[in-house]
Amino acid sequence: MKLLEYEAKKILIKYGIPTPKGGFATSAIQAREIASSLKPPFAVKAQVPVAGRGKAGGILLVNSVDEVEKAAEKLLNMQIKGIPVRSLWIEEKINVKKELYFGITVDRLNKSYVVIASSEGGMEIETVAAKTPEKVIRFPINPRLGFRAYHARQIAKKIGYSGNQISTLGNIFYSLYLAGMECDAELIEMNPIVETQEGNFIAVDARIIIDDNALFRHSEYKGRIVEGELSPQEIEAVKNDLAYVKLDGNIGVIGNGAGLVMATLDAIQLYGGKPANFLDIGGGAPSDKMATAIKIVLSDPNVEALFINILGGITRCDEVAKGLLEAREKLGINKPFVIRLVGTNEEEGKRILTEAGIHVLDSMEEAAQRVTEIIKSKR
Amino acid sequence: MGIIVNKNTRAIVQGITGAQGSFHTKLMLEYGTKIVAGVTPGKGGTKIHDVPVYDTVEEAVKESMANASIIFVPAPFAADAALEALENGIKTVVIITEHIPIKDAINVMAYAGQVGATIVGPNTPGIITPGECKLGIMPSHIFKSGVVGMVSRSGTLTYEIAAGLTRKQLGQSTCVGLGGDPIVGLNFIDVLKFFESDQQTRAVALIGEIGGNLEELAAEYIIKSNYPKPVVAFIAGRSAPPGKRMGHAGAIIMGKAGTAESKIEAFQKAGVEVAEKPSDVAVLLEKLIKH
Repeated sequence: MKLLEYEAKKILIKYGIPTPKGGFATSAIQAREIASSLKPPFAVKAQVPVAGRGKAGGILLVNSVDEVEKAAEKLLNMQIKGIPVRSLWIEEKINVKKELYFGITVDRLNKSYVVIASSEGGMEIETVAAKTPEKVIRFPINPRLGFRAYHARQIAKKIGYSGNQISTLGNIFYSLYLAGMECDAELIEMNPIVETQEGNFIAVDARIIIDDNALFRHSEYKGRIVEGELSPQEIEAVKNDLAYVKLDGNIGVIGNGAGLVMATLDAIQLYGGKPANFLDIGGGAPSDKMATAIKIVLSDPNVEALFINILGGITRCDEVAKGLLEAREKLGINKPFVIRLVGTNEEEGKRILTEAGIHVLDSMEEAAQRVTEIIKSKR
Repeated sequence: MGIIVNKNTRAIVQGITGAQGSFHTKLMLEYGTKIVAGVTPGKGGTKIHDVPVYDTVEEAVKESMANASIIFVPAPFAADAALEALENGIKTVVIITEHIPIKDAINVMAYAGQVGATIVGPNTPGIITPGECKLGIMPSHIFKSGVVGMVSRSGTLTYEIAAGLTRKQLGQSTCVGLGGDPIVGLNFIDVLKFFESDQQTRAVALIGEIGGNLEELAAEYIIKSNYPKPVVAFIAGRSAPPGKRMGHAGAIIMGKAGTAESKIEAFQKAGVEVAEKPSDVAVLLEKLIKH
């Protein structure tokens, strides 16, 4: 779950990390009110869960309360990378001496977390790493020891600080680690964390992605949906415990198992077709879940044909067949579809479909080819 | 023979009284796996499919001399179950459970490293040495004993490819599901090393997918170690867009990292043939093994 900037900053504040004074607004009037209680100049920032928001015009710097209102008006009528701006964060603009980067993410190879720090902040850390790798410090955390205050001070020293600033900055780094662990972050970063002209440190932007699998420990985010972040199909899929990803083609795809569905999309592409989505019904799906999956896929207006690819292990072919007939009856499927069905209870599944006049294929590659040809013949 | 599990494996099932645990215990027993005990807190003293159930792993191990465990415990409690198995001396732990938090998985892997245990998973279909032992949920009829070692990050795609191998009379030594999560116990290199020293294994089928760089590292290892057995790879997710999680928690392209192209290129550099579609894996292996 990607938190918005203001949600991330709330967490930082709780851990004593300095952030610019600011407030949250959903209208231009509100934005004006907040600005009146702050010192100019101001930063008016769109609250959208996308990286590279600044470059896309989602952050406006202004000098007066009137300008804040205008900026807010403008941003609230904008879409950033396809996501409508519904809320804003207005804060005091910081007098920057230097921008730094500090973040913690998951390190798959070392099966732990890794700290990444740099004396070059304010742009994407991947860009810094590509251009000037010597300016990026990677510090893998020993999972048995954790990240300690002295590690934080070592890193502050390595990115060029000395004297009292080592402890001040070290404390901020250490606090961010504690915040990340407490909220089950798979990514927590301050980019930039700024050194001010006065020599203080302030986290000007913050990003947190919470591990979806740990949400059961964080009831504060229950039912949280950010408008525009997910397509209507994706929201419906989440509600029904299905894994759905919208793509830009015209062949709807349903399968069981993430790897198999990915391979199905690849096969369609190999034969010159374009998948409209990824949908994994998971293991052991009953017929009504299959019917829901079909409904979700067909609700995408771009879908011109449907490809169902099932290899039954714990999923039973007869349940899939029943689900398909159920969906056909309820929704009146009027688009061509191809079904490949093998595995557990295959004979029964095939019998159900054959009796209903539906032809079942055995090979996924043959099926992928068939569905691609159907689309081509429609052109 | 085969790797990690074989006919000497004596396993307990943690979460044996749950719907999944009980169902798959039955199937594993039917396959011939030695399931010697089960654990469910509060259900000690009962039996499931004739397997005695204990309240704690400590008791189960003491009574059954188990040396492996398979875990079906729900995600919020799965890490606790894995640590319980490890602390009681179990050296092979298969974690079937999906949706375990990353922080919990990291703790489990750190402790497993300390005690020198092997973790398969989490979010895995398990591991099977055909004809000897199945610790997992895979449909057993598609596997057959033979010379191909299989290692994979996915479930059904592995079944797809294994079934293709079996149709061509290419049996498997052991088939290992690494698991679809970002943090898993074994990586491709670990399993390649196991297969390297297994006499039954003559070739390896490596099934990867987008996300992370474990495939790239495996390719580097194949070059550096001058890997002695032929390897054929398949990578799922050539058509996957960046920034989207494709079903598995670990299947995500971040920026330019983790793409199928990068993995395919790395394997080709290492002289590993990469199958264009799942059915090509068997075709390529057939050629390599016959020569």
